[in-house]
Parts: sequence; C-alpha cells; structure tokens
Amino acid sequence: MAKLDLVMFEEEFKQLQDIIGRLQKDASAKVVFLVDKNGQQIASAGDVHSIDATSLASLTAGNVAATDGLAKLIGEKEFSLLFHEGEKDNLHISIVGKRGILVVIFDQSSSLALVRLRVKKTSRELLEIFERVETRAQSESSNTTKFESPFSEITDEDIDKLFGD
Amino acid sequence: MTFINYASREINCKIVYYGPGLCGKTTNIQWIHEQANPEKRGKLVSLATETDRTLFFDFLPLDMGTVKGFKVRFHLYTVPGQVFYDASRKLILRGCDGVIFVADSQKPRMEANIESIANLATNLKDNGFDIRTIPYVLQLNKRDMPSAAPVDEMERLLRFRNEPMLEAVANQGTGVIETLKACARQILMELQKG
Repeated sequence: MAKLDLVMFEEEFKQLQDIIGRLQKDASAKVVFLVDKNGQQIASAGDVHSIDATSLASLTAGNVAATDGLAKLIGEKEFSLLFHEGEKDNLHISIVGKRGILVVIFDQSSSLALVRLRVKKTSRELLEIFERVETRAQSESSNTTKFESPFSEITDEDIDKLFGD
Repeated sequence: MTFINYASREINCKIVYYGPGLCGKTTNIQWIHEQANPEKRGKLVSLATETDRTLFFDFLPLDMGTVKGFKVRFHLYTVPGQVFYDASRKLILRGCDGVIFVADSQKPRMEANIESIANLATNLKDNGFDIRTIPYVLQLNKRDMPSAAPVDEMERLLRFRNEPMLEAVANQGTGVIETLKACARQILMELQKG
C-alpha cells in the first residue's frame, strides 16, 4: 500500500478514549469526537447517540481538508483551529498532529475560552499517543518480524460472503 | 489508508468514485444507497449545488458484515466531476484505499474520459499514490445510450493496467454492485499482503 495503514490496538484506543472522556467533562462539552484526517471516527465521548457520528466525521474531515487548501492558497501551512458558532450549539475543531482532528461540541454551559484551554492540554496528550502509533507502524513496516495480521488468510470466499453471494 | 481498529474490531476502507462530469458517479452511490439494507447503510450525504451537481463530495458509509471477526465498513465518496473543481478532487483522494473510475460510454465524452484519467493519475500522485498499483476498477457506464462507443474501443482508449472492467447502466443498477465488489476485492486482498 502506498501509505502506512492506521492500526490501533486496544491499549492505545483505551488511552485515547480516556483522554477524550476527560476533555468532555473538563470542558463541560456535550460531545467530543476524535476523527482521522481521512474522515474516519477514532474515538468519542459524551452524548454521542444524539449525532450521526459517521457523517460528522466525514464532513469534518472535508471541512478541514478544504480549509487546509485555503491556507495553502494564501501561503499558510495550515489553520489549526476552526470555530463554528450556532444559536445554541458551537463546534470547535482543532488539528492534532499530522492525522488527528479533535471536534468539541458545546453549548452555553461552557465557553470558547474554557474549551480552547482544555483542548490545548488534551492535544499534547493525544499527540504523544499518535506519535507512538506512528513510530510502531514505521518500525513494523521495516521489520520482518512484524505481528501476524489476522487478514493474511483472507479468501475469495470471505469477500463473496460480504456481498451476500 | 485502511483504518484497522483492534479494540472495536473494525476495518474502515475508503473508496472514491472518479470520472468526468455527469458520468454517473453520484448515480452509482445513490443506487447502492437505495438497494442497501437500511440497517447496514448510513446516511447519504451530498454536498451538491442547487441543480444537483456535486459541489464537494457525496458520502455513503456501508456496513458490509465481518471478515475474520472484523466488521468491514466501506466509506464511499464521489468527487465533483466538473473540470474547475480540481482542488476539491485532490482533497477527496486523500487517504483513499481504492478508486472506481466511472467512464461515460457516449462517444462525444471520450476525450473527457481520457482527460479525467490523466487528472486522476496526477491527483493520486500528489497524494502519494500510484495509479498503476492502487486498487482500481474501470466502469463503462451508460451502456444503454444510443451513442455508446463499442466496448473494445473504450478498452483500447481507457484501460491501461489490466484492471477489472465492467459494463454498467447505473441508473438501472446494472453493474453497480459488481463494480463495487471488484474494488472491494482488491482492497481486501491488499490487506492480506499486509
């Protein structure tokens, strides 16, 4: 494959989940999502059932990608923060490292200042985990003794089954 | 870039429908959306103009079932086909696992098809992919049109790497699922290689 796959193990996932959960409480946010820049949801906390998380992840990634394009047009590396203010709910979107996007949805029970403050701290913690995941992926791609993928024995039949044949 | 989550035992793959304006990319995923089991499909998100031309992208998440104990989920995207939306097309290819090229079979659209494949090659390259190696399927759409070019002529003009080539009439659903399956097969076989 042209690029390294994003492989997340239980332990890292749990750590991300804990960090996101803490941010949601500390920032008094309604919902917090951690999304991959390609539009995949990684982790979430809060009242997630009230929102179509898959569409949110995809649209957020599209939004960030478009804003990235705008930044480059005017000679900026990126805009690391996007803020959308609504009548009741607000959306705070920030970039974490090379591949993460942190989305915080909050209402008047919180404030932009508090969210920004908490997000800053959380971003540092998330970045550490992302770096660890990346380092591991790189060392595995150059190491012949990498862990055995469960998909190494995938068959045509498995794929036919997915399509109900 | 496939996202494999060992904690939730999920694999997420991104498939992009590419092709010239009005070739039927959106029609393909609309058909899939209509046919899919409502429990397995997510919401179809379309960022389109008032005249229903794709402005940024269409997006459809699909739960496909399980492979080796992992839930397989495809994220289907279309790009805007119109030439001047090139910046958006490039963004949507970011992190894709496979591409379905939807070619318009009508003779007057042959140049647009060729140009769009060249554009795809450039935009893939800018995203770090190689059009010669990424999972890729060629769909010859609109086979029912009176001005459709013969299949062998389209093959000679558009097929360049022995990729799976399927005939389709997307608005009637002909060949739509088969095309998706051909792409999914290549992506999952890539996972097998690790």
